[in-house]
Amino acid sequence: MINKIAPSVAEAMSGIQDGATILIGGFGTAGIPNELIEGLIEQGARDLTVVNNNAGNGDTGLAALLKAGRVRKIICSFPRQADSQVFDGLYRAGQLELELVPQGNLAERIRAAGAGIGAFFCPTGYGTELAGDRETREINGKHCVLEYPIHGDVALIKAEAGDRWGNLVYRQAARNFGPVMAMAAQRTIATVHDIVALGALDPEAIVTPGIFVNKIVQIDRVATQAGGFKKAA
Amino acid sequence: MSMDYQPRTKDQLAARVAQDIFDGAVVNLGIGQPTLVANHLPTGVEVVLHSENGILGMGPAPAEGAEDYDLINAGKQPVTLLAGGAFFHHADSFAMMRGGHLDICVLGAFQVSATGDLANWSTGAPGAIPAVGGAMDLAIGAKQTWVMMDLLTKHKESKLVAQCSYPLTGLACVKRVYTDLATFACTPHGLQLIDAVEGLSREALERMVGLHIAPAIAPALAPALANLPTARETGSHE
Repeated sequence: MINKIAPSVAEAMSGIQDGATILIGGFGTAGIPNELIEGLIEQGARDLTVVNNNAGNGDTGLAALLKAGRVRKIICSFPRQADSQVFDGLYRAGQLELELVPQGNLAERIRAAGAGIGAFFCPTGYGTELAGDRETREINGKHCVLEYPIHGDVALIKAEAGDRWGNLVYRQAARNFGPVMAMAAQRTIATVHDIVALGALDPEAIVTPGIFVNKIVQIDRVATQAGGFKKAA
Repeated sequence: MSMDYQPRTKDQLAARVAQDIFDGAVVNLGIGQPTLVANHLPTGVEVVLHSENGILGMGPAPAEGAEDYDLINAGKQPVTLLAGGAFFHHADSFAMMRGGHLDICVLGAFQVSATGDLANWSTGAPGAIPAVGGAMDLAIGAKQTWVMMDLLTKHKESKLVAQCSYPLTGLACVKRVYTDLATFACTPHGLQLIDAVEGLSREALERMVGLHIAPAIAPALAPALANLPTARETGSHE
């Protein structure tokens, strides 16, 4: 029998290795798997590479992971925010490596990893400093830059509901990076608010099929309603 | 210097941009000033707003107390969803830009070159923490990239330049620049005037900007021409 339901966050997180690359879903207040990030802090893996759109807000979640000194490198598109002080301090002190990636390249490089693409050429960033010294090529009259996939050892994502096969649906803009990160990691752990019986999710509406998911953990809805974030201005 | 003209207010500038958005367009409005454009869309013009975090058919801010923090825009502010709206993941959202499906994006800028190079993500200041977000994907992906900005900096330097001194976001990607004083087209041959606020001549603008500005195709018709929805072009953004 297939049963991907983990009884606790701790059990779902066990065995994550030092030096792992961790894909963490979420954008703004939506879709951040805060319980799993807290679980990762408790689990204790160090020297991590973290992939997220941002680099932590306030003092909780990803910011707390950074503050605990567990992260060696962060790959993201938008680290600088009004309340990204933990990242800012570590980055300025030279204690955290940053790979800044345009948001579309970030999403597509993750998707490419999940789809088994070796690398791809894309016009985004051509002629800018973020193209670095990567190979460029003119394709059908457009200048393109070579981009490599971003593979994860682990993906931590937040969904709305799931079943024991690992099928997932999301809620509104909380979907964001979840589906592509789920594809791109060796091991994908998702939180859900509702665990439902097999067959209860409309097969036409399943967003992430269970093949991409290894563990699901049920979490309380209220605890993540606002993601622990400041209200947007 | 005598001022015989009135700069456009932020709302007037937003209304000027909105005037050129055609019925049925799929539009991404950048964070900050461009979001004002949504308040000025002409009646009868149905526009689908795209937000890069995975929304088409984005609606206005919710009533106080009705915020849902799973439903936010790219600026991380609570929004609503219109009937017909859809959610999708980030790779699909950026495929909408990168694949050339988005009709128009309106962005702010630090500098734009006469031929449409854009600098809007970094001032390159030493010690500054860089952040790019979706700026580079939007700039080169939309069928038309329009910039909305003040023409001059606080120090009265032109933000329209021969060559950007700030780090580039994209090359030759901006088609139009809407400013508080005038509207310009960026072409492979340089700037062309589309319209200017009343009382401000092309020659005066040239002195301000320090660059040649080709006259509008038919000056007397400029405002009417500017209303022509060039965004109806469905070719590539280049």
